[in-house]
Amino acid sequence: MSDCRRQWNREDELPVYLAGPISSGPNQRKSYGMFSSVEGAFDSKTIDFDSYAVGRKGSRTPRSRSRERILDSGDPVEKTPGDAREGSQTNSTGEIDGTGTERGKSLLQGGDGIKLLDGRLLIKGGRVVNDDQSFYADVFIEDGLIMQVGENLVAPAGVKVIEANGRMIIPGGIDVNTCLMKPYLDTQPVDDFLQGTKAALAGGTTMIIDHVTPQPEGSLLEAFERWQEAADKKACCDYSLHVDIPKWNETVKDELEMLVQDKGVNSFQVFMAYNDLYQMTDSELYAALSFLKELGAVVLVHAENGDLVAKEQRKILGMGITGPEGHPLSHPEELEAEAVFRAITLGNRVNCPVYITKVMSKSAADTIAQARRKGSVVFGEPITASLATDGSHYWSKNWAKAAAYVTSPPLSPDPTTLDHLHTLLACGDLQVVGSSHCAYSTSQKAIGRDDFTLIPEGVNGVEERMGFVWDKAVAMGKMDENQFVAVTSTNAAKIFNLYPRKGRIAAGSDADIVIWDPDSVKTITAKLQQSAAEYNIFEGLECRGGPALVLSQGQIVYEGGKLQVQQGTGRFIPRKPFPDFAYQRVKFRNQVKNSQGVTRGMYDGPVYEVPSMPKYITPSPSAKTSPTSHQPPPIRNLHQSNFSLSGAQIDDNVPRRSGHRIVAPPGGRSNITSLG
Amino acid sequence: MSYQGKKNIPKITSDRLLIKGGRIVNDDQSFNADIYMEDGLIKQIGDNLIVPGGVKTIEANGKMVIPGGIDIHTRFQKPYRGTTSLDDFAQGTKSALAGGTTMIVDHVFPVPGSSLMEAYDQWKQWADEKACCDYSLHVDITHWDDTVKQEVDHLVKEKGVNSFQVYMAYEDYCQMTNSELYEIFTFLAERGGIAQIHAENGEIISKEQSRMLQIGITGPEGHVLSRPEELEAEAVFRAVTIASQTNCPLYVTRVMSKSAADIISQARKKGNVVFGEPIAASLGTDGTHYWSKNWAKAAYFVTSPPLSPDPTTPDYLNTLLASGDLSVTGSAHCTFSVAQKAIGKDDFTQIPEGVNGVEERMSLIWDKAVTTGKMDENMFVAVTSTNAAKILNLYPRKGRIAVGSDADLVIWDTDAVRTITAKTHQSAAEYNIFEGMELRGAPQVVICQGKIVLEDGNLHVTSGVGRFIPCSPYPDFAYKRIKARKQLAVLRAVPRGMYDGPVSEFSLSRGGTPSASARTSPTKQPVRNLHQSGFSLAGNPAACGPPTPEDLPIRPAGRRIVVPPGGRSNITSLS
Repeated sequence: MSDCRRQWNREDELPVYLAGPISSGPNQRKSYGMFSSVEGAFDSKTIDFDSYAVGRKGSRTPRSRSRERILDSGDPVEKTPGDAREGSQTNSTGEIDGTGTERGKSLLQGGDGIKLLDGRLLIKGGRVVNDDQSFYADVFIEDGLIMQVGENLVAPAGVKVIEANGRMIIPGGIDVNTCLMKPYLDTQPVDDFLQGTKAALAGGTTMIIDHVTPQPEGSLLEAFERWQEAADKKACCDYSLHVDIPKWNETVKDELEMLVQDKGVNSFQVFMAYNDLYQMTDSELYAALSFLKELGAVVLVHAENGDLVAKEQRKILGMGITGPEGHPLSHPEELEAEAVFRAITLGNRVNCPVYITKVMSKSAADTIAQARRKGSVVFGEPITASLATDGSHYWSKNWAKAAAYVTSPPLSPDPTTLDHLHTLLACGDLQVVGSSHCAYSTSQKAIGRDDFTLIPEGVNGVEERMGFVWDKAVAMGKMDENQFVAVTSTNAAKIFNLYPRKGRIAAGSDADIVIWDPDSVKTITAKLQQSAAEYNIFEGLECRGGPALVLSQGQIVYEGGKLQVQQGTGRFIPRKPFPDFAYQRVKFRNQVKNSQGVTRGMYDGPVYEVPSMPKYITPSPSAKTSPTSHQPPPIRNLHQSNFSLSGAQIDDNVPRRSGHRIVAPPGGRSNITSLG
Repeated sequence: MSYQGKKNIPKITSDRLLIKGGRIVNDDQSFNADIYMEDGLIKQIGDNLIVPGGVKTIEANGKMVIPGGIDIHTRFQKPYRGTTSLDDFAQGTKSALAGGTTMIVDHVFPVPGSSLMEAYDQWKQWADEKACCDYSLHVDITHWDDTVKQEVDHLVKEKGVNSFQVYMAYEDYCQMTNSELYEIFTFLAERGGIAQIHAENGEIISKEQSRMLQIGITGPEGHVLSRPEELEAEAVFRAVTIASQTNCPLYVTRVMSKSAADIISQARKKGNVVFGEPIAASLGTDGTHYWSKNWAKAAYFVTSPPLSPDPTTPDYLNTLLASGDLSVTGSAHCTFSVAQKAIGKDDFTQIPEGVNGVEERMSLIWDKAVTTGKMDENMFVAVTSTNAAKILNLYPRKGRIAVGSDADLVIWDTDAVRTITAKTHQSAAEYNIFEGMELRGAPQVVICQGKIVLEDGNLHVTSGVGRFIPCSPYPDFAYKRIKARKQLAVLRAVPRGMYDGPVSEFSLSRGGTPSASARTSPTKQPVRNLHQSGFSLAGNPAACGPPTPEDLPIRPAGRRIVVPPGGRSNITSLS
């Protein structure tokens, strides 16, 4: 497993191991005493993650930045128990202090005292809320990792202590759907990785997964690298990347394989919409799903019937409707539900997990819920916008306001939609919440001022995501706090194979932690938001619940309404294929679902001779589609020759009249074909 | 009574018949009355009718008298690779009459690329020569272009066809894309036609077929394995969506599985105008026979969509039929001999598709639904006859016992029991997929065009007496709701002032097709052109006052435009 990781960051694998012991000694740690006792204690108190670490096979994915600040050359590498798992490190980004050595997590030691103190934190007196349970405990953090979770932890001198005063301590949110660099007609969204991740952190989200959107003819790998480079420079929190597949062909296959195996991408998006641009036919989807399933990837589906959308768009434009209201009119929710249904059918046929991005309407959500009841492996992701507002704003008299809501699938004009989606989210029929944050300025939106089909699609929501789920679901009594953690963080980590590194508060997990204040009330407005967009689609909505303090990689990045972030500190978090949450069932089904033929005697009755007339070249629907089937295996050749010998009667050449009953076929009735 | 079309019935001589003492069962009520028929029409209904002397009288003895069945889906004489199906119009209509069905609606199947009109004429000629009972025709649309459009228009207006079938299966042959379906449905909705749909996802099927063949499954079980019922349900769902978008009545032919039926009933609950047609095979038997060790038997069950291997399917479909979620029943009767089926002995995809059922249809439904208490006799009449007549716009000429209706009647014997077997059936097929089934309920007397064709178990039919019954467009049963919705569903634009804020510069030319929709709307409306020119004037920096120079080039992303050039205008202000 460390092999895999080594491929992700080839450039520094050697220095890690070789330079470690050599580098000098100022980093020796001093105070063993207090922490060694604690060290022994936490094993029994907190969950031992790696024994549970489903799908990760004990591999601790690399961490770089915070760890690299510590120089611990003093200890031989072999001694540290965590080492085997630690493997190499990611150092793909502009490093801050670049000291570059790393070591196991087990001992709270390491040189460079000042920096280390910065990296140590104790949160006292909080209620830790995970997706499965809540309990009172202190959380000790060092080097960007949670070292201990337990009662009455004693803080060593100089460690910063945060008093939680009984407030909730939850794993930082994971926003599984952002588009911070999605190009549209040469323009980029106003929120780039810096603005976007700042907004995320301000809302209690400590990790984002962004969509790489290559051009239809472009290379996936190149696009991926471009995105990674941009994010490494700018991102303030950890991130990972989905890759969109704009076109299906053989080249893409190789690139996908490389992305999964070497680049740490395990999720790809396919499109059923955007006719003539990204849309795939059912055959292509079938091929893509089959291939991605073999790779162990999660298939994200943008589900809308693109053919019909194109037709409707033309119809609506033909009627003279050119404003943003044409957008929902040409994307009725039925088309979304239809595509969701088709995607699930495809997933079932291929036996591949399907993840529906942007569940915007009741009917699409119901379709997912029904399919889950029938046992399909399907996940649904409503977004902030669909959970907090509705599509009635498309009819706003203010063009710019109406245009700000344009996204695909559109917000449903039905105002009861959000309530319904929250209910399904609370009962587990929908699993994760994204934001699909993709903010364009009004002047960019105005590209489509005369034609709604040209309005760049995207809404904001990365900052408001956690707050609105709390406000609309938990504060309303639909959902408990554990389910809140599940839908905002844990499920996402599980589906995308980040669990338990992310999405959980436990010893060994990343120190992405939020102290949640359920009572804070704020009014959403573009004036106070982090995003650079001029308009916030939630403008004026009141939202109960919000982060009081946010820790990202063990650093306080948000406290009391103030954001202190450092550009470029976000690390790319690679993800391995075959997440158990999605693939365990699929694997078992693979074994069970084997079709078998019936062993029969050979049919030896008469066969109607098919005249080989050119007119009937494609009379059978399948003749064309299964060209390989026409090279019969040897046994069938024998068969055929067998027949032509024994069955060649003179009158066989005369095509039988229709309505002719063959009572005594030439060669006599044989048992195998008798029908009586 | 213009619908009687008297000019169409020259052959009928003055036949007079009186049915005494029967219980008339229509789809709405049952009552005891006598029926007097003359010239192929029902002339009087009531007690103690005054009739001319010398009339032949049939004593019904309290038995049910029902409107003759209408089999809304048959494929007699269907060409397949140089051969035709066994039962032609003579044999097929004979089977129909023997089972109590007095009218059939056959599908005209033009080879893709050929003319619909020619195919229609061909079918009509075959049927006029041979049919023993009245018939009508659906026309299948196997390809779609402007010529076909004109032909469809002509067929609707001049030729008495109001229903057209399209295919979502049979990739590379007659499958239609979603866009084509949308166009066809839109067109049919304008012309008052019914869109019939063969609902299966053809693309996935062909993938599954090649997969099956690859893993060495070549027998008939491959047929059902490569066409799982999900694909049927998926296509039904899609068809319902398209129909609802285009506001076109939808008719799903051959509902074979529970999940497809569920989708239809859900759609009906949501208010969609959709009709489902289970067939005799799906109501009477299941797909376990595909795994029969006997190749010929297994091949005999091959039809598309396939029979569901789930043995509870027939019961479920009968329940939905009884509750009204499924509307009509057909048979999709299309039989091939074993030798013809054996074309696909080494490759199941080559097996000609089709099952029998025209003769067994009525009895099957009686046995499975009425005698089990699921359905009452009125509903029985509705699903076997009346609903079909309504959809085809033939009601009340067909599908009802009323004064003025055609004299197509059946005296139904609820107690008769017969065992289905290929030895005694009328069809030319060597095997009957219902072989060995005991069915209660059978026609005792069948009267077609006012003549007795079945009495005491003897069939007296004459080839060529069947008339073509033209169907007129806009059947009320389907279109009343559609018309009302059309008036409601007028979309209106929001009247806004023009957006006069800043616009990002962009290039449409770069990257080929950067906008999803730029291509799909090539016909720009004049109104938009005006609009654009209007803007280019207003947005002209010279007209808008002095712009700061850095505002003119492309704005960097992430830049907030607080003071747009030309000042903030009310219409675009966001606060």
